[in-house]
Order: sequence, then C-alpha cells, then structure tokens
Amino acid sequence: MEVIIILVILAILIAGSFLLAFFWATKDGQFDDTFSPSVRILIDNDRDENKSH
Amino acid sequence: MNSSISEIDAKVVCYHCGNDCKDEDILEDDKHFCCSGCFTVYDILKDNNLCGYYDLNANAGVSLRAKNFKGKFDYLAEKAIENELLVYQDEHIAKVILSVPSIHCISCFWLLENFPKILKGVFSARLNFVKKELSLDFDPQTVSLKEIVELMATLGYEPQINLESTGKSKKIDHETRKLLFKIGVTGFCAGNIMMMSFPEYFNLDLANKLDATYQKFFLYFNFLLALPVFFYGGSDYLKGAYYSILENIKGNNKILSVDIPIALGITALFLRSSYETFIPQTAGYWDSMAGLVLFLLVGKWVQTVTFNYLSFDRSYKSYFPLAVKVKNNGINYKNVNELKKGDLYFVHHQELIPTDAILMEGNALIDYSFVTGESNLVKKLKGDIVFAGGRQVADQIELLVQKPVSTSYLTQLWNNDSFLKEKEIPTTELANAFIKYFTYLSIAIAAAVGIYWKFNNPELLWPAVTAVLMVACPCALTLSLPFTMNTTMSIFGRNKFFVKNQGVIQQLSEIDTMVFDKTGTLTEANRGEVRFAGELMPDEKRLVYSVVSQSMHPLSKLINNYLNGTVSLDVNYIFEVKGQGIEAIVDGCSVKIGKLDFVKNELAESQNSEVHVLIGNEYKGFFTVEPKFRTNWKGLLENLKKTFTLALLSGDNSKMSDTLKPIFGSQMRFNQSPQDKLDYIKKLQKNGHKVMMIGDGLNDAGALREAKIGIALTEDVQAFSPSCDAILDAEKLEKLGDYLRFSKTALNIVKLSFLLSVVYNVMGVGWAASGQLSPVVAAIFMPLSTLSVVFFSVGLTWLLARYNKLI
Repeated sequence: MEVIIILVILAILIAGSFLLAFFWATKDGQFDDTFSPSVRILIDNDRDENKSH
Repeated sequence: MNSSISEIDAKVVCYHCGNDCKDEDILEDDKHFCCSGCFTVYDILKDNNLCGYYDLNANAGVSLRAKNFKGKFDYLAEKAIENELLVYQDEHIAKVILSVPSIHCISCFWLLENFPKILKGVFSARLNFVKKELSLDFDPQTVSLKEIVELMATLGYEPQINLESTGKSKKIDHETRKLLFKIGVTGFCAGNIMMMSFPEYFNLDLANKLDATYQKFFLYFNFLLALPVFFYGGSDYLKGAYYSILENIKGNNKILSVDIPIALGITALFLRSSYETFIPQTAGYWDSMAGLVLFLLVGKWVQTVTFNYLSFDRSYKSYFPLAVKVKNNGINYKNVNELKKGDLYFVHHQELIPTDAILMEGNALIDYSFVTGESNLVKKLKGDIVFAGGRQVADQIELLVQKPVSTSYLTQLWNNDSFLKEKEIPTTELANAFIKYFTYLSIAIAAAVGIYWKFNNPELLWPAVTAVLMVACPCALTLSLPFTMNTTMSIFGRNKFFVKNQGVIQQLSEIDTMVFDKTGTLTEANRGEVRFAGELMPDEKRLVYSVVSQSMHPLSKLINNYLNGTVSLDVNYIFEVKGQGIEAIVDGCSVKIGKLDFVKNELAESQNSEVHVLIGNEYKGFFTVEPKFRTNWKGLLENLKKTFTLALLSGDNSKMSDTLKPIFGSQMRFNQSPQDKLDYIKKLQKNGHKVMMIGDGLNDAGALREAKIGIALTEDVQAFSPSCDAILDAEKLEKLGDYLRFSKTALNIVKLSFLLSVVYNVMGVGWAASGQLSPVVAAIFMPLSTLSVVFFSVGLTWLLARYNKLI
C-alpha cells in the first residue's frame, strides 16, 4: 500500500468523525435554537457569589 | 452627575420596573418600588442572591401593578391537567415547556435560567429566547407545577397556558432535521469527492505504475462516496419524480413535477459516471453530481426558513383557558375539552367563556369583541344563553354547559371546510409552468442528439445523450426561486411585514381584490377621538378628571387623556360598578359618570361609546368616543383603488358609512358576523377573484383563512393574531401598496433569472451535444452557472429593494 492511500483513508476517518459530531449536534437540538446560546455565553454563572453585598 | 441626581429627585422611578412611583412608593434599601408586586420580586431576588438581575439592565422588571394571581393557577393542582402540560414525567423528574411572552431582555434571560436557585426542586431551566419558551426539569416530589407557575407569575413572567398548550404538541421539527442530516452527508461527500478528483484533472501519468494505482484508488473511492449522495441526498428528488410520473401515467395529474428533470439529470450523472468508473476506468462526473445535489438541498433548506418566533396558525384554542372550575359534588377543575352538556362551571372576572351555556348565577356582563370585533358589552340575566368567546367583565358567574367546546357557536367557524383542509401553498407553481416545456425540450434535444450521432458517429451516441441530460438539469432554475423569495421575505421582515412562507409572496403578486375589516384595521383598536356633548366648566372638568384618573377602564383612560393638564383633586370616596360606571365624592361634591341608566338611575338606552356625566344632581352631558382612523388610511386606499377592487366588511353598524363611501362605493357591508365574512370571501373567490383579506381579530379568522391571502394586522407582532398567511405591523399599513408592488418585482426577478439559467443551459447543451463535455469542464461549468444565477437573483432583489426604499 502506498502511503498516500493510508493517509487518505485516515483523513476520511477523521472527517467522518466530524460528520458524526454534526449528527449528534443535530439530534441534540443544537440547531433548533441558534440565538439563545449566543446570549447565554455572555452571562457569568457566578457573578453574585463573587460579589460582596 | 449633579444634574442626574436632581433628576432622580424630581421623578422617582421604581427600582424594579422603571415605572413612576406616583401613587405608591415603597422604600427599602434606599430603593423605591412602585407597588408591592415589584417589591416582592426584589425581595425574592435579594434573598436568593440574584440582584445581578438589576446589574444587567437597570429597571429590567415587568410591572406588576394591578396584578393578582391568587387562585388563578389552582387548576394546575389537578393531576390530570398537570399531566396534560408535562412533556415527560416519572417518579424523580418531570419536564415542562412553558411559553413566556413577557421575556424581553437579557435580565429576563438570566433570571429565568437561574430559576433553580430560587425554587428548590427545579433542576434546570433553559430558555429559548427566540421562541420565548422556558424548558424546566423539576422533581415532582419536592415542587409542583402549580408552585412553579405561581412563582413565575409573581416574578412577572406569567406563562401562557391555554387550551392549545399541551406537552404533546411540543414536537420537534423532524423534517428540518432530516434535511440537515442530508445536507451534512452530502456536503461531506461532495467535499471529499472534489478533493479526490483533483489528481485526475492534473493529468496523471497512467503509464507510471504508481500513478495508475492512485488513479484506480481515487476512482473507486469516489464511487463509494457518491453512493450516499445519490441514494440518500438525492432520494427526495428520485422519489418525487417517480410519484409524479406515476400520477401522470394514471392520469390523475397533468403537472410535471420539477423533480423529474432533476432526477433525470442526477440519474444520467450517476449512470454515466458509474460506466466511466468501471468500464473505461476514467474519471466520472462524481464531483458535478455531488455539488449539484448539495446545492439543491441547500436551496430546499432556504425555502423552509421562516420567522419561527411568530405563530401563523392559531385556532380558537389558543384563546381559550385550559381548565375551568367545575361544581360537581364539590369543586374541582376540568379540562375545557372534557366539558359535557349539563356541567356547571365558574367563570371569573376577565375570563373567557369557553362553551355555549346558560347563565345560572351572577351578574353577567359580556364583552364579545373577540367574536364581533366591536367592544359592545352585553348584559345577560339569569336563564339567558351566553355564547362561547365572550369575556366576562363583571364578577364571577356560574354557567351550565349547553354544548361542548368543539361544537359551540363560535367554534363552528373552525369546523368550516376552509379550516379543515390545508391551505394550498404554491411553492413551485411558477417553476412548474417553466418545467413542463423545459422537461420536454431537454428530452427532445437529447433524442435528436442521439439520432444525429447514431448515424454520424455511433461511438459518441451515449456520451452526448447523457451529457445533454446532465447539463439540462434545471439546478439554477430551482435555486433562483427559493433564494429570491427568501431575500424578499427578509426584506419584508425588516419592514415589519412577516409572511408565513415563500409561497405567500407569489400569491401576493396575483391578488386583484382587497377586502378590509373596519374596526381595528382601518381604525385604531384602542384609541378614539373624544368629544364632549354639552358644556363643562373648568372646575367641573377637574372633578371628572379626578374620578377618571382613578379608573383602569379603557374609556376612562381616553377621557383622562382628553382632559390631560387639569389639576387633580382629592377623592374622598370612589366606587366602580364594573361595566356600568363610577360613583365618587370629590372635594365634597358627588360625581357619577358612566352609562345613562347608571348615571340617571332610571331605565335609559345609551350607546356604548358614550360616557354620561352627572355632577351633584345635574346632568351635564356626555363624552363620545369616535373611532380614530389610522394615519394616511385614505391615501393608502385611494392608491390601492387604482389597481385593486376594494371592499369593506364590518361587524359594526353603518354609522361611519358616509366617511367610507367615497372609497368603497357600494362594496360595503355592515353588521357582519364572522360566518358572513367568510361566506362573502367565498363568493368573491367563486367568481374568479383572487382575494386578500386584511383583518385584525378572531372575528375575521374565517375570512382570513378562506381568502387566498389573509393578512392579520396587529399593534404588536408578538401578540396573539388569528390564523393567517402574513402578519403586518399596524404602523406599516400605509406601506401595504409598496409591499404588493415589490412582490411583483420579486417575481419578475425570478423570471429574469430563469431566463439567465436558460442561456447557460443552451451554452451547456451546445457543448454537450458535440460530445466534448469533459468531467473537468462539467465540474467547473455546472456549479459556476448555479452560483452566478443565485448571486444574480439575490443581488438584484437587494438592489431593487434599496431602489424602492424598502431597506
């Protein structure tokens, strides 16, 4: 086997794992709401615990 | 800095909601609150260390003045009703999705996602900001749905629960997901096929053993990658074509689906490439095929994009309560759908009556504006029949069910044929007209080319024929329509005109008749011009002003605005009889305002829009409220009249007919019931007219549904609107003519891009017919033609929108 053939198969496998990740993300509903996460990431989870009142 | 402090001194605003602390001022931690509701929220947030709410946005809260939730959600304690709402439940976890319309800013977002910190037993809270839906997971042993909903309401985020909100209706959009999967797979394969096709294009030296091995490897690998593209990605087109041919053979249908030439093209590509791969073992057209299918699928996805935060399909169910309090051996709650004849139930102040029923107990004063569009209050006596859809304005009443919800007078409208059948949406009608000739022409050319080569050079027969079919695939043609329409939709969206889907734009351009509703459409819904018949002295004005400024009634508010600038006096005593009027003692002087019979304390008829005034014992006259027409309504209608036939349907009496006559002429109908409106539209359409109905309320629902295009006009696009094809913001009504014109423009752009794609096709077919179409040329030519057509149509749409001042 020539090395390029092995590399190509390897490349496809790696790319395939991303395709699987895409499947998982779609099934998980990550493309159902593409707006809320962009807001969510801007909010600190622990803003109050750190603040002294 | 100094000036801002003095500003705060001058005007005290509520720390929670930002309203004026005019009537009430609660001071706590140096912060002002306008009412106890707002203060309660602050207290809850402070106890749970969630005051970050106010850091994100100052005065972010929802005003809670005059809100009382006590007992309102008691029905959720009923297990059967709770189960209805839950999406999932077992012993340890329950899931619910609640729609919360009052979400408006990042503070809301933060607070609601921190809900588990406030209420013990709630595990997680996730908000979909666009759809305004909150998904909650909670422990049913620790906390009940009722407690959750009550706390949300207390915080100012009252979930919307109605007859339509059941846990089961929250379905995932499987169609869109399937399409996303297909795009993912096809995109993956297309990218890799393109990469592996490169070596062949750069002239591998097949005499070289190494190069030859690679060439074979790439060839077979491409074939493997192409299989999912053809059988999975292209399956919709293959199936669609198969069924369309079947229907045509059976004679059920004369229309050739656009899927046929596409399937023909893909199949030609697949067979020819398979042949090339296995027989002469040269590069096929795999990259062209994969690219084509990918483009087609993306186009399909673009077609499904819609404004998913708006709801276009609402039936009466979203107006009705989910449950009512029922009296049978004690008091419990029952799902409204399960009410049977003979059930006895209660309706509270401001609640909607869900069934046709007989009034058994209490003082019924019913606002039928939902059904008729006019805010006439109807008084009912014990033993009278009340119809579903009315809103009880006075206190609690007791009703005996006559007919269940589904067959009541109001819901009959929804049992009409026009609601039972799905409204036809012509997504590809325009393309179909084209496709018919296109398909026949490309098959004819392919046949002609085949015959020509059979006699001249039989070796070129199959290469040429397949090449013609491949090139003739109407990819650019099918893509220009969704992309142009999608662009038009977003341009309309920017102008606050939201269409349900792309087919609506096409139908907009075909309209020839426009039917308007009057109240709430041509006139403003909750505003009117106030006049006083009689004479009021300045000090008398002051008395009236003092009284109306204490009342929440819409008419009081209008009069309050009218008398604005008057100084308010001390009110010693005030009592509001719901739906009748107000009696008060102001500055030692007795004042009565309201209905004539209430004011004079004797039987007397008076119009609903009249407010009579009695000061001391002297009758002073009355205020009248005339509906106020929308700005520039006349200009709009006169403009539209040039191109369209106009008509008016009103549930109101013919009082205003003189104002409207110059525009509508004889095409005016008054005192129309919802059914009358539907029938009128039906008749027009039977006579071959293509009708657009513009209305605002549930009373127009039938007509909106029956008309080819139903446009719901609304002051607030997020608010409830009846089932319709498009939602138009009321303030943009005057631009309606522009939108209609632009929909025609958009359709012309599509036609123009069809023409462009035909030019490409002719060029390509020329090439193909000569039998000279090499895989490289096809791989460059086919995507290029598609992309250029898409850019052309989208770009032109934006340009013309700018030219027409729509962006």
